[in-house]
Amino acid sequence: MSDVYVLGVDMIKFGRFPDRTVPNIGAEAALMALDDAGLTIKDMQAMYCGNLGQANAMVGQRILQEIGQTGIPVVNCANACATGATAFREAWMSIKAGIYDVVLAVGVEQMGKGLLGGAGGGDGIPKEGLLGSGTMPCVFAEAGMEHSKDHGTTFEQFAKISVKNHHHSTMNPKAMYQIETPLDVVMNAEMISYPNTKLMCSVNVDGSAAAVLVSEKKAKELGMGRAVRVKASALASDPYTDRDLVMPDVNACTRLAAEQAYEMAGVSPEDINLVELHDCFATAEMLHYENLGLCKDGEAGKMIDEGHVELGGKVPVNVSGGLLSKGHPLGATGIANIYEVCTHLRGEAGDRQVEGARLGMTHVIGLGTACGIHILEKV
Amino acid sequence: MSEKSLPAVGYLKIPEDGDPYLEGYKCGNCGAVFLGERSVCSKCFTRDKMSAIRLEETGTLYSFSVVYRSFPGIDVPYVSAIVDLDGGGTVKGNLINIDPDPDKIDFGMKVKLTYQDALGRKDKEGNSYLSYFFEPA
Ligand SMILES: [Zn+2]
Repeated sequence: MSDVYVLGVDMIKFGRFPDRTVPNIGAEAALMALDDAGLTIKDMQAMYCGNLGQANAMVGQRILQEIGQTGIPVVNCANACATGATAFREAWMSIKAGIYDVVLAVGVEQMGKGLLGGAGGGDGIPKEGLLGSGTMPCVFAEAGMEHSKDHGTTFEQFAKISVKNHHHSTMNPKAMYQIETPLDVVMNAEMISYPNTKLMCSVNVDGSAAAVLVSEKKAKELGMGRAVRVKASALASDPYTDRDLVMPDVNACTRLAAEQAYEMAGVSPEDINLVELHDCFATAEMLHYENLGLCKDGEAGKMIDEGHVELGGKVPVNVSGGLLSKGHPLGATGIANIYEVCTHLRGEAGDRQVEGARLGMTHVIGLGTACGIHILEKV
Repeated sequence: MSEKSLPAVGYLKIPEDGDPYLEGYKCGNCGAVFLGERSVCSKCFTRDKMSAIRLEETGTLYSFSVVYRSFPGIDVPYVSAIVDLDGGGTVKGNLINIDPDPDKIDFGMKVKLTYQDALGRKDKEGNSYLSYFFEPA
């Protein structure tokens, strides 16, 4: 089977664009990725599009209606916060399977403001605040508190993750915010769901990201100069664990996908030079240091305390600013984090460049549950 | 409109003659306990070995969060709790009759179920609902 390469990849600067449409926002990143690859829409043999908010509204086709209706097959996918990664993986699989040589993956989202999740539909009465909380800040707070129970992890340690990611974002012009946010500001921000304050929750933004994936044959033909090898692609759903249906288990699903990704890539966690992981909440990032094998179980607090996950540390995590400050446009996030890692592997990340990066990992997880992990390698 | 309160969720049972209780479904093969009716076990994949059980009234606090911001109209703060019931089954609900201060809530504390009106919430037809809550045991 052919190796698969990212030949072009880009994202728009995340922000709020209430006057634009979802396809219009997606089209912008698609064109940027095509330009980055030095190709046009006429070269694309298929398109994989990820979007959640308009999952039943043919967003991929509507993007092509803005940038070129070539008649290629389009697959629209929705997979919670793993939507973008799923679209990318479908594109990867189509080349792995030998069906195509050049395909386009796009992720796009237009978000409202406010709390996500837990509105409680269905018959009868609203359940939010009656049977606990289904809001995302609470669900991920409960997952973080499980870590506190088992390992003594503190509010301050969780908050430090937000300080780190906000600091990283000051070096990323494509992040929604570029604002230094000291520990006392994070800890004294409005408490949403203990231990997550407002500044420990991801920012709802509009955004898009896109990638052009090619076969080895095509990469050689077009020039490998800035190509990035997709070393592994893994996607897992939630395996049975005892509390999963009541308390979504983001740990087991991530561990399953990570194990498969490391095996496929033939590498171990120590080989990874940078990670973009799913910091939808500060509590979530803490869990994933262990879930992704970046440290032993129980040592996640130490990872943040000792600076191992900062730019310049042993394994920098979310140097883009992460979902906490770069922003989290759900369907775009899984390709935006691939853009970030590729940018470092290409040595083009400017002030936030992870020096000598050869191998990077991206991770997203959406409740319900879907976890997508990619390992990318400098050619 | 019903004269009696309706159950807030399907797994809360209100017998004609007796006390309300939570109903689980237990797998006859592996012992996994689920909330709500089902015929296949998602843990061991066995079919048609699920049977309804009455979940126990007591349990242990597994994890929680204190919720300070919720949707408009919902009273805060409150404690959202994950409880492992004695005898099997994990249930999420509000932990009441406790100071909603994270420093004063202990993991592993013993709690028990209590059944009360669903915070005055009514449906479009004006029906009242009965819900379940946890309180310190
Ligand atoms: Zn079973």
